[in-house]
Amino acid sequence: MVLLLTFLCLVLLVIVVIQIGRVSEMAGLIRGEEDVQNDSNYWNSRMGMVFMVLFLFATIASAYYYKNYMLGYGPHEAASLHGVAMDQLFNVTLFFTGIVFVLTQIVLFWFAYKYRGVEGKKALHISHDNKLELVWTAIPAVVMAILVIFGLNTWNEIMQDVGPDEDFVELEMTGYQFGWIARYPGSDGVLGSRDYRQTSGTNPLGQVWEDPANHDDIHANEIVLPVNKKVKVRLTARDVLHSFFLPHFRVKMDCVPGTPTFFVFTPTVTTEEYRQNLSKYPEYQVLEDPDDPSSRMLWETFNYELACAELCGTGHASMRMIVRVVEEHEYEQWLETQSSYYLTSIRGGDQDPFKGIDIEIDPIGEASDEDGSENKVSDSSEEIGFEENVDEDTEEVFSELMQ
Amino acid sequence: MAQTQVAVQDVSDQLIEKYGYDDHFHEHHHGDKFQTNFITHYIFSMDHKMIGKQFLITGMFWAFIGGLMSLIFRLQLGFPEENMAWLQPFLGKWIVLNDAGIGSISPEFYYAMVTMHGTILVFFVLTAGLSGTFSNFLIPLQIGARDMASPFLNMLSYWFFFLAGVVLFFSLFLSTGAFSGGWVAYPPLSALPQAASGSGAGMTLWLLSLTLFVVSVLLGGINYVTTIINMRTKGLSMWRLPLTIWAFLITAVIGLLSFPVLVSGFLLLFFDRSVGTSFYLSEIYIGGQALDHVGGSPILYQHLFWFLGHPEVYIIILPAMGIVSEVLAIHSRKPIFGYKAMVFSILAIAFLSFLVWAHHMFVSGINPYMAMIFVLFTLIIAVPSAVKVFNWIATLYGGSIRFNSANLFSIGFVSMFISGGLTGIFLGNSAIDIQLHDTYFVVAHFHIVMGVAAFFGTFAGVYHWFPKMYGRFMNEFLGKIHFWFTLIGAYLIFWPMHYLGIAGVPRRYYSFDTFETFSHFSGMNQFITIAAILVFVVQLVFVINFFYSIWYGKKVKVKNPWGATTLEWTTPINVGHGNWPGKIPTVHRWSYDYSKGERDFISQIEPLSEEEKKEGVH
Repeated sequence: MVLLLTFLCLVLLVIVVIQIGRVSEMAGLIRGEEDVQNDSNYWNSRMGMVFMVLFLFATIASAYYYKNYMLGYGPHEAASLHGVAMDQLFNVTLFFTGIVFVLTQIVLFWFAYKYRGVEGKKALHISHDNKLELVWTAIPAVVMAILVIFGLNTWNEIMQDVGPDEDFVELEMTGYQFGWIARYPGSDGVLGSRDYRQTSGTNPLGQVWEDPANHDDIHANEIVLPVNKKVKVRLTARDVLHSFFLPHFRVKMDCVPGTPTFFVFTPTVTTEEYRQNLSKYPEYQVLEDPDDPSSRMLWETFNYELACAELCGTGHASMRMIVRVVEEHEYEQWLETQSSYYLTSIRGGDQDPFKGIDIEIDPIGEASDEDGSENKVSDSSEEIGFEENVDEDTEEVFSELMQ
Repeated sequence: MAQTQVAVQDVSDQLIEKYGYDDHFHEHHHGDKFQTNFITHYIFSMDHKMIGKQFLITGMFWAFIGGLMSLIFRLQLGFPEENMAWLQPFLGKWIVLNDAGIGSISPEFYYAMVTMHGTILVFFVLTAGLSGTFSNFLIPLQIGARDMASPFLNMLSYWFFFLAGVVLFFSLFLSTGAFSGGWVAYPPLSALPQAASGSGAGMTLWLLSLTLFVVSVLLGGINYVTTIINMRTKGLSMWRLPLTIWAFLITAVIGLLSFPVLVSGFLLLFFDRSVGTSFYLSEIYIGGQALDHVGGSPILYQHLFWFLGHPEVYIIILPAMGIVSEVLAIHSRKPIFGYKAMVFSILAIAFLSFLVWAHHMFVSGINPYMAMIFVLFTLIIAVPSAVKVFNWIATLYGGSIRFNSANLFSIGFVSMFISGGLTGIFLGNSAIDIQLHDTYFVVAHFHIVMGVAAFFGTFAGVYHWFPKMYGRFMNEFLGKIHFWFTLIGAYLIFWPMHYLGIAGVPRRYYSFDTFETFSHFSGMNQFITIAAILVFVVQLVFVINFFYSIWYGKKVKVKNPWGATTLEWTTPINVGHGNWPGKIPTVHRWSYDYSKGERDFISQIEPLSEEEKKEGVH
C-alpha cells in the first residue's frame, strides 16, 4: 500500500512537471525567444535582490533571536578561563567575516541586478586590473594574518601543560563503548599504573594492583571539580576513539586507545552560579515540564554535561556524565565521601595481590585536611611517594611481583 | 540575434576549413571502429562524450540514493518520537517495532545511512559525477582533440567506478548492515567487527569499493593530464585555455598525488583487520577481551586519510569553480575578470591543499605545536579563495547578464561559496575549532561550501552544456523553479545548523534526548528535516526535466546557441565520434574575447585582426 501510494505520487509529480514544462515552452514559442530572455532577466535579477535582502535580514534576525538560546552570549558565556579568550576570538572572527559576508552578498546580487541584460545594451570589455587584484589579495592577507596571530596566541595558552610547581587537580577520564570512567588519584596525588591486558569486568581500567599508587585511586560516577583551580584531565580510551567534550567549558580532546592525551583548563563558574545566571533569562524561567506545575524551573535543572564528540558506535549519543563545579571546600567534602576502588571492590578478593597481607592505605582526605589551605602549592606526588606508605612486607611482595 | 548566429556558424565552418589542421581523420573510416553497435556505442563506449554522459547519469543515480539516505536520517533527527512503521516495507528489519507497534529507525541503520550518505556524495557524486562528467565531456572538445589520449583507459575508468558502485550497493543489503563508522572510517571503530556490526563484512566491501573507485580516479586522472598537456590543438597555449580546463587539469593532478596515499592508508587498515598487524591498533579491550595489538596509532590513519581527505574537497570544488568561471563569463558577455589571477589562485589552492590536512585533527591528540603550521596554511588558503570570489563578482560588473538557469546557478554558487567559505575561517583557527570541531557548525560549513556549492556548479554545467550533450535544451522555466527553490531551501537546511553547532550540538548523534544541553532544539531539527524533504522533491524536478529534455526538449538550431568563444561550440550540433567531421580547428586567441570592440564575441578559431596584432594581445 505504501509502495503503491509512493509510486502514484511520483507518477503524478512527473506528469505535473512535464505539463508545466510544455506550457512554458509553448508560451515561449508564441512570444519569441528574445522577449522571453529579456523578461527572464527582468524578473530573475529582481528576485535576486529580494532574495538578498530577505536572506541578509533572516541571517541577522535569526542570529539575534538565538543569541540567548544558542550562541555563546548571555547565559552561555564560557565557564572556563580559556573559554573567555576563545569566545573573544570567535567574536573577532565573526566581526571580520560578518562584514565580508554582508558586503559581498550585497555586491554580488546588486551587480547581477544592475548589469542584467537589457535590449540594446552591450557589456564592457574589462579583462583585468592588476592594482585591484593586489588590493584584494593584500586585504584578506592582512586580516588573515591578524586572525592567525590572535588565534595561535590563544591556542598556545590553551594547550599549555601545567607548570612544574603549580597546584592543580588531576583526573583521568577513560571512554569506552558506551560510557565514561572517571578516576581521581586519591590522597597520594598519583594515578596508579595500568595494563590494558588486566582489564576485566571487575577491573574496568586494567589497574595494576601491585602498584600501591592504585590503592587509593577513586572511581567516581560524576566529575566534581573545585572552582578556579587548574584541572588536568588525562584522557584515554579503552576500545575505540572517543572525544572528551565539555561544551560549557569549551573543552574538547580525543581519547585515543594506546595514546594518552590531556587537556588543562580552569573552571570559573560553579554549577550553582551558572544556574543563578540562567535564572535571569526568560527562556529559562519556565517550568521543566509545562504540564506539571510542581516541577522545577528550567534553570534549576541545569547541569554541566560531558559528551562524546567522536563517533564511537551505536551508543555514541548516550555517553553522558554530569560535571559539577563546586567551591573548594565542597570539593574536599565530596572527596571524603569517596572511597578507593581498590578498597571497595578488590581488597581481599581473588585479584588482590596483597590478599591476607597487611598494607597501609592512607585514608582519603586526611592528607588534604592536614594542609588544606587553599593557596597551598605542592607537588603532591613528591609529598606522598608510595615508598613511604608501603611497609616492608608489601615492598617485598611488590618487588617480587614486578619481577 | 538569430541571424547573426547563423552568420557566425558559417564563419566558423569557413574558419576551420581555412585555418584548420588536417589530420586526415575522415580517411580513418571514423565511426566504424568504435560505434558499430549498441553495446560499443552506449555501454562499452570509448567515446569521451558518451563516457562523460555515463558518469553524469550514474552520478545522478547515486545522488538520488544518497539524498534518500539523508532523508531517512533527517526523519530520525527531526521526528524521533514519530512512528516510523510505515517505512518497514522499504527498510525491513532496520525499522524496529516496540511492543506497542511503534516503529523506529535502528541506530545501526541510522549510522549506516549517515556513513553511506557521506561516502556516496563525496566520492560517487561530487568526484565522479562532477569531475568525471565534465572532465571527460569537455577536455577533448575544448582543447580541440579528437578524443582522450587513451580512450580505452577512459572506458576502464568508468567501469571501475561502476564496479565500485555495485560493490557498495551490494553492501547495503548485508545482514550485518553496511559500514556505519562515518565516511572517514577512523579505526579502531572501522577495524574491529566487535565495535560495530557494520565494521564486519560491510567495512570489507566499503574498502573494496573505495579501492576500485581510486583505480577509476587514477585512470581518469592520468588521462586528463596527458590529454591536456599533449593534445591541445595548434595555437592553444596554456594561457589561452578556458578556466574549465585549468580546473580539470589541476583537479586531476591533485587526485593523482593524493588518492594513492588513501589507498596506502586503506591497505594498512586492511592488514590490521585481516592479518593481525597493529598499524592503527594499540591496547584495546573490547567485547570482554584484551586484543593482542600493541604499538599502533589510530592517529596515523587520520594523517593518511586527511592527506587525501583535504585535497579531496578541492577535487570537488575546483571543477565547479572552473565551470562557474566559464558560465559566468559567457552569460555576462564579459571576459572572466583577472584570468591570470584566477589561474594562479587555482594553483595556489592546489599547492596549499596538501599542507592543511591536519586542520581536521586539531583535537585528535596531535602535538599542539604541529597544529600551528596547519592553522597558518589553512587561513592562507582563504586568500586565493577570496581572490576568486572578488574576480567572479568583478566579472558581473558592467556585464549584460543573461539570466538563464546555468547562470543563476553560477551566481548561486558564488553566494554559497562566500557563506560556506567564511565559516571555514572559524574552523581553521585551532583555538575556535576546539569548541566547534565535530559539531553541526562543521556540518553546516562543509555542506554549504563544498556540498551545495559543488552541486550548484554541476547544475550550472549541466544546464549550460546540455545542448552540446544532447542537441536539445533543458526547459528554462523548470530550471528556474529548480534554482530558486534549491537556493532558498539549501540555506534553510544548512544555515540553522550553525546555531546548533555554536550551541555545542555534536554531529553524528542518533538522538539528543540524553543530554539536557542538546535537547532543546527539536523545533529547529524538525524545520531542517522538512526543508530537506522539500529540497529533495525539487531535485526531482531537475531529474524529470533532464530526462524529458533528452528526448523532447527544444531542439538546438544553431551550432553556438550561447555565443561562446570556445572550441566545443564549433563542432556540429550533434557531435559524432572524433568531434570535428573534417579538420581540427586551430586557435588564435584566448577564450574570453567577449564584447570586444563592436563584436559580441570572437571565437578562439578566428585569427587576430591587424589592429589586435599591433596591440599584442594574447
